[in-house]
Order: sequence, then C-alpha cells, then structure tokens
Amino acid sequence: MADLRSNFIGIKSPNPFWLASAPPTDKEYNVVRAFKAGWGGVVWKTLGEDPPVVNVSSRYGAMHLGPDRMIGFNNIELISDRPLDINLQEIKRVKRDWKDRAMIVSLMVPCEEDSWKNILARVEDTEADGIELNFGCPHGMSERGMGAAVGQVPEYVEMVARWCKQYTRMPVIVKLTPNVTDVRKPAQAAKKGGADAVSLINTINSICSVDLDAMAPTPVVDGKGTHGGYCGSAVKPIALNMVAEIARDPATHGMPISAIGGIGTWRDAAEFMSMSAGNVQVCTAAMHYGFRIVEEMVSGLSNWMDEKGYRTIEDFRGLAVPNVTDWQQLNINFKTIAHIDQETCIQCGLCYVACEDTSHQSISAKRVDGKRKYEVIDEECVGCNLCYHACPVPNVITMVPQNTGKPYLNWTQDPRNPMRKKAAE
Amino acid sequence: MSEYAAPDIRAGRLTAAEIAANFNDVKPPLDRKRALVESSRCFYCYDAPCIDACPTSIDIPSFIRSIAVNDPIGAAETILEANIMGGMCSRVCPVEILCEDACVRNHSEDKPVQIGALQRYATDALVNAGKQPFTRAPSSGKKVAVIGGGPAGLSAAHRLSRLGHDVTVYEAREKLGGLNEYGIAAYKTVHDFAQTEVSFILALGGIAVKTGMALGRDVTLEGLRKDYDAVFLAMGLGGVNALGAAGEEMAGIEDAVGYIARLRQAKDRQSLPVGRKVVVIGGGNTAIDIAIQSKRLGAEDVTLVYRRGPDNMSATHHEQEFAQVNGVKIKHWARPLKLHGANGAVREVEFEYTQLDDKGRLMGTGETFSILCDTVFKAIGQTLVADPLNGKAKDVLDMAGGKIAVNDDFATSIKGVFAGGDCVTSGIDLTVQSVADGRDAAISIDAYLRGEA
Ligand SMILES: Cc1cc2nc3c(=O)[nH]c(=O)nc-3n(C[C@H](O)[C@H](O)[C@H](O)COP(=O)(O)OP(=O)(O)OC[C@H]3O[C@@H](n4cnc5c(N)ncnc54)[C@H](O)[C@@H]3O)c2cc1C
Ligand SMILES: Cc1cc2nc3c(=O)[nH]c(=O)nc-3n(C[C@H](O)[C@H](O)[C@H](O)COP(=O)(O)O)c2cc1C
Ligand code: SF4
Repeated sequence: MADLRSNFIGIKSPNPFWLASAPPTDKEYNVVRAFKAGWGGVVWKTLGEDPPVVNVSSRYGAMHLGPDRMIGFNNIELISDRPLDINLQEIKRVKRDWKDRAMIVSLMVPCEEDSWKNILARVEDTEADGIELNFGCPHGMSERGMGAAVGQVPEYVEMVARWCKQYTRMPVIVKLTPNVTDVRKPAQAAKKGGADAVSLINTINSICSVDLDAMAPTPVVDGKGTHGGYCGSAVKPIALNMVAEIARDPATHGMPISAIGGIGTWRDAAEFMSMSAGNVQVCTAAMHYGFRIVEEMVSGLSNWMDEKGYRTIEDFRGLAVPNVTDWQQLNINFKTIAHIDQETCIQCGLCYVACEDTSHQSISAKRVDGKRKYEVIDEECVGCNLCYHACPVPNVITMVPQNTGKPYLNWTQDPRNPMRKKAAE
Repeated sequence: MSEYAAPDIRAGRLTAAEIAANFNDVKPPLDRKRALVESSRCFYCYDAPCIDACPTSIDIPSFIRSIAVNDPIGAAETILEANIMGGMCSRVCPVEILCEDACVRNHSEDKPVQIGALQRYATDALVNAGKQPFTRAPSSGKKVAVIGGGPAGLSAAHRLSRLGHDVTVYEAREKLGGLNEYGIAAYKTVHDFAQTEVSFILALGGIAVKTGMALGRDVTLEGLRKDYDAVFLAMGLGGVNALGAAGEEMAGIEDAVGYIARLRQAKDRQSLPVGRKVVVIGGGNTAIDIAIQSKRLGAEDVTLVYRRGPDNMSATHHEQEFAQVNGVKIKHWARPLKLHGANGAVREVEFEYTQLDDKGRLMGTGETFSILCDTVFKAIGQTLVADPLNGKAKDVLDMAGGKIAVNDDFATSIKGVFAGGDCVTSGIDLTVQSVADGRDAAISIDAYLRGEA
C-alpha cells in the first residue's frame, strides 16, 4: 500500500490533499466537516484586518459545457467577511481537536509592516502550522491595494515575505497570482524574501459570460457586473504550466510548491506532483461536489502509486520536470503518425473532417461496400494529434512513433534554421 | 353451431380515467434538461450515417447541435426544410430501423442518440412559438392539383407553394392529414397534432383546400389536366385485402384500418364498442396498432396471428415487443382457414399452422387450431383503389405491382401527371417516405412547369 503521508515544509498531513483558502474553509463548521471527510489539511479562508469586508449578493459565475456543469468557475467574493477574533478562536479550536491535520492560515492585510506584524502574533497564538500570504485575489481587494496588486509587483512580494519571516516562526507560503506575464518573477521574489514555499495559482481575471437579457457580465449585481477570479478544471493547464516554469527555473528550482488550480481528481494531483508539487490544494471541485471527493482522490492516487511501484510521493515527485524543455530543444527528427483501428472505429468521420478542413488532409474518406472507411494517409500525416483528440472513442486512434533511423537533432542544430546559419557564418 | 353464446362486444370496458391514461402520449416529450443531455450525446458526425438512413435526409447532426446550443427554433428550421412533417415523423417514425439504427453510438455502446425525441423537442418548440419559417417564391402563374391530403399530398403542396405555384388539394375525406389523421395509433399523436401540423403547413398560403372532393366522383383526371398545369396523385391506399377464408362476411369481422379511423375520430373513446376476445390477423403496423389499441380499450384477450415468423413481419421488432408489453399475444406461423359463428356473428377462427417448403414457399402443415373470439380484425395490407384513375381518361395510367408506375422523377406515364406516397412503390410505406416523395415530386413538377424537364 502506498504511503500518502505528506511533509510539506515541515507541515505534516495524513495525505497531500488540502482545501484551498476559499468558502470551503471559511469557518469551523466547514473545516470540521472537511476533516471528517478525510482532507489532509486546510488553508483557512483569507483573514484580513477588522472591520471585516462586506460581500455583494450574487457572487459566482460559471462556464458550463453541454451538460457538464462548472468546468470553469469564477467569483467576485472578497476575503473572510467574519470578524478576525471569531476566525482565530475557531482556528485554534479546530487545530486543537485535529492535531494530525495541517492548518494553514491565509492572510491579507495592507502593505504596511505593522499590519503584518500585528496579525502574525495573533495567528501564532492559534497554534496553526503555517501561513499563506494571499497575493493573488484579482478583484475587489486589489482595488484596495492588496491581493493581486501586491502579487503583481515582485518588490512588494519580497518585502512582505521578508516581514513575515521576520515576525513569525511559522513557515511562510506565498500564494501567487497568475495575472502576470511571467510568474517566475514573483516566485523569485518570494524566495528572495525568505518564503518557505510558493502556492499557485490563485484565480485568473475573467468574465465568465454575458447575460444577454441584462446585457451585463455575470454574476449580475443589480444590473452591473465586474471581472472575477477564474478557477476550476478549465484553469488546470495554466496552473500546470506555471508550476512547471517555477520548477525548472534555476533561480527557484527546488523551492517547495503547493499546487492549486483545477485539481479535482487523483490524476490532476499526480500530474502536479510529477511537476514537483509537494502537495495540492482544491477549491472548485469541492464547491461543486462536496468534501467527499477526497475519498476517490486518496484511493485513486494510492492505487496508481501501487501500480507504478511508488511507495511514497517523494518517489515520483518532480519526475516530469527534466522533461519540460524549450521548444528549440525538441527532437526535430522525431516522427509519429496516427493510426485508426478499423475494428473499433465507429465511422463518425470527425477525424476526417478535422484533418481535412483544418490540418493536413491526411485522412481519406472512402465507401467500401457502402460502409464508411476512414484511413490515415501515412505519407501526409504530420503527427499533429488533432484526429486523436477529436475521436470520441478511446483507443481507436493511436499515435505511433516511427523509426526514422535519424539521430536526435534540435532546432539549434538544424540546417534549416536560418538563425543557426547566421551564427555559423 | 348454436353452442356459441352471443358475442361480447361492448363499450365502456374501462373507466374514463383508464382510457385517458391508455391513450396518452406513449413517449412523452423531452424537457429542456433531457434534451440538453441527449443532444450532447450526438458526436456531430461528418457525413453522418443517420442522414442517409432518414428518407427525407434531414441534417440530423446540425439540428441536434442547434438544440445543444439552445436554438431549438433553428433546429426545427433545419428539420422542416427537409421534412415539412418533421413533427409528425418524430412521433411515428420507426426510428429503430431508420436514423437511430444508423447512429454510430450503436457501435460503441448499443444506445443510439434519441434522434426522434430530439426532433420532436425542436419541432414542438417552433410550433409552440407560432413561427412561420417559410415564404413563397414570386408567383410562377402555374397551377397544380394535388389529389389526396395525406403526407405525400401535403408535403408536395407545401413545396410547390414555396416554389411559387398555386396549389389546390382535393381530399375525399372531411379532414386533411390522410393516415396522420385517420390511421396512426392514437397514443402516438395526441392533442390533435395532425391538425396542428396541417394548419402549420397551410399557413404558408397558396394552398387551396377542397375537402369532400374525390377524384373519380367529383372530379376526373381528364378535367384536372385541363384545368391545371400539372397533377400530383397522392391518394394512398384506400382498399384493404380480403382474408380469403370462408365466413368472412359475418358480423364482428372488421377491417382494422376502418376501425382505427373511427377510434381516431371518436370524441369519447370510452363509447367505442370493443370485443372481449379479439383476434388480429396480419403482421404490419396496422396489425400491431389495432391489437394494442384494442387492448387499451379494454379487450381482455388479444391474439395477433401472423402467417410467417417474427423476422418476416413488417412491424419492427421494437413494435412487436411493444405489443407484447401491452399484453398482446403474438402467434407466428399460422393462417386463417375458416371463420365460425352463430346468428351471423363470428365466434371462432380456425387456423392452420404454416411452414416453408423446400423452395422457401409458404405452405400449410395440415394441422389446425382454433381461437374463440368476439371480433376479428383484418390487417393484411392495403391496396390502391384504381377506379378513380380510370374513369373516362383517354390516356392510360401505367401500373406496376398494383400501384401507379412512376419514374425516378415521380412522373407517371401521362404527361404532367405525377404520383407519390403509398400509391407508388418508392421505399417502405411510411409517413416519412411519403413526405420525401411529395417533396421530391414537387421539385420535379417545378422543373417540369419551368420547362426544364
Ligand atoms: C393503421 C396504420 C398505422 C400506420 N402507422 C404508421 C406509423 O406509425 N409510422 C409510419 O411511418 N407510418 C405508419 N403508417 C403508414 C403511413 O400512414 C402511410 O405510409 C402514409 O400515411 C402514406 O401517406 P400518403 O399521403 O401516401 O397516403 P394517405 O396518408 O393514405 O393519404 C391519402 C389521402 O388521399 C385521400 N384520397 C384517397 N382517394 C382519394 C380520391 N379518389 N380523391 C381524393 N382524395 C383521395 C385519402 O382520403 C387520404 O387523405 C401506418 C399506416 C396505417 C394504415
Ligand atoms: C468563491 C471563491 C473564493 C475564494 N477566496 C479566496 C480567498 O479568500 N483567498 C485565497 O487565497 N484564494 C481564494 N480563492 C482561490 C482559491 O483558493 C484557489 O486558488 C482557486 O480557486 C483555484 O483552485 P481551484 O481551481 O481548485 O478552484 C477563492 C476561490 C473561490 C472560488
Ligand atoms: S424523419 Fe424520422 S427517420 Fe428521419 S430523422 Fe426524423 S425521426 Fe429519424
């Protein structure tokens, strides 16, 4: 049986599945339910200074795809709207009762040294395991000079991280905003400021949809809307890339990462961990299906690890990082082509029309004895994978690597590269 | 034979509530949620096999995608462009041998997309919205007479009017619709849908209707040819085959199509007399429909007897199963030999078992059995009533296989006279085939009128 126990920057939890700082971790009641359900830890809903913020009514937008609900989700909520004292009392109580679970407190206060100093002392008193600095919230709070407004300026990130390291013994996680052009910069700043880890991503600036009757973005608040933070399955690829960028950046390589963004299954988690994440945080999937999803995450990850012979998370953590490279390092001589299994093909023609209209005209459409037959024209196929992705039936189309007999050659070495020629001349 | 008691045929076997339930929508419409889920199952195939399998070649993936993106009206427009009776077809098509049989989902999971149900969802939406998606082309100045206001006739009339011709429909009966109005099983087309659809079709304009006017009685082919630039014959099959068994003239032996017409027109179905024990002879739609509807009117025992095996029945397997679920007993491989009765009323049918001989021909085995009954329904096929065509017409209308002979353009042997629907041999005798015939014949007639053919 795989050992799922996690030790992330010294914070121990029975499994690597934490709930991200958000409504699921808003108060004692939710968090206790989450722990009962089996979550390894929580990052408590972001705390700020009193008086608490006030939220508007109508707060969430969503992307639905056909009958699939909430493949993407957005919100215009602010940080915790409950008094600081009450939150701290609850945190203390829950941590006392659930010693084996990770309890992280998310914080966001104005960019002044005293504000951070004061709140840190009060959080320490709860015996929480660590803090997470919310430099990510892209709406509302950023208009007040907090959240993403801090996270987008590496100098501020570094400064606040340093204050926190200075005023508390607790491990410090810096939560990064994806609303930047180069996520490596704030990650580097967090490291310089002494942060123990980064977590990412927070939500992405977004408008989920326009209500065509109200002619306003959703969620509509009395006729008007505002951009909100995007999250859920749809953001996973963006988060995965950002995690990979930080993992392979020499300046931050090896820095512990808590991965967040579109995680809802064991497989999502395994993918982020293969990209070096030490643990993962979940928000939208829990908001969609409730806390019980952690059961399938635990059992799925454990069974997959058993199947692969990984005993602990450290056994496979980061294994994919060396294989993330720059485009110019890819082997230009590698060739793969599509193959359609005629036995299981259902003749929907989707591969054909996709390739014919938008790719390389590499699939032939024939009628043989009145039956449709779709076949790859091997010589024409460039191995783009479009048909493979469009095919609705698993395993009907496979991409088959070809033996070209040619050696590894990357673009910097390729004679067809004009830049290379110039360099050689 | 005086040991027979009087036949037990009477009305009111079931309560009004039971009758209402039994003749309610057999396949209730999809609601928005279900339509969304179902439409998302469509792969949006390229060169989709379902389109080939639909006699009217509706662009099925396109209309289903319109539903999926919440444009049911657009979906209906796609459907109606190909098939003006898309609403009725969605209710009555044996989809299990048409579009849904061809659905590629059958290959991977044995569960096709419910194309028929989605088609109904879309067409209902358009009808309920009261939208008229079609307009007429500028007048051609040409006039066309259509004989018969069934699916073939109305489909042709609609297309001809759209193309700019003025159409007059001659219909022998009181109402338009043909078998949509008088033949289709009641629970397939509830709430008077046939007339709703007729009104929708006529709302285009350019279609004059003369009901109670029969070719051969009130008008002649010769006369019509003089008064109109073209004639389209779509009179369906008005006759029924005889059993050819002794005793066929007794009371209690009924033609199924006639009884169904009465059932369809009855204001109060509870008042329809039905036998306690019913025997149905035949193996098609009509046989299945009369058997099920007898049962649903309250008949105690209904036995359907067919002279060949299940695979030979023109009723689909799905329909046979549905009959069985309704408590109809189906007996294969037997044919009626003799009908017995008392006081001129039938009480018993004597059947002979059948089998195929070495050459694959049907033969009796000599063994017999009998079934007691109060009513016998004949449902062994309809025939073309050709008399009205003959009349005093100088030109002779060629026939083929008991039906009107037509070429690929639905032209008969007489210039300017076209025919389609059940009265010709096109595909299977189905509503959707008749609609396809009417549409395609209209396109041929248009070409003819414009001097292109
Ligand atoms: C009981 C029964 C159930 C059926 N169920 C189904 C089903 O579930 N699904 C399916 O797809 N198909 C079904 N069919 C078949 C389908 O109804 C026919 O294929 C279709 O109606 C044929 O259309 P049509 O326009 O050719 O003929 P019809 O619908 O028969 O219409 C012909 C019209 O012409 C009129 N007419 C006849 N003679 C004259 C004349 N001399 N002058 C003027 N008018 C005349 C008739 O009154 C009638 O209105 C069923 C048929 C029957 C009998
Ligand atoms: C309604 C809502 C409120 C959120 N509030 C906070 C917050 O207070 N602090 C914070 O750091 N992140 C907040 N987040 C962001 C999540 O913690 C998380 O980073 C993001 O949703 C991506 O993860 P997911 O795809 O699993 O949802 C919020 C997200 C949602 C949906
Ligand atoms: S008309 Fe009938 S066969 Fe054609 S798509 Fe519709 S339901 Fe299927």
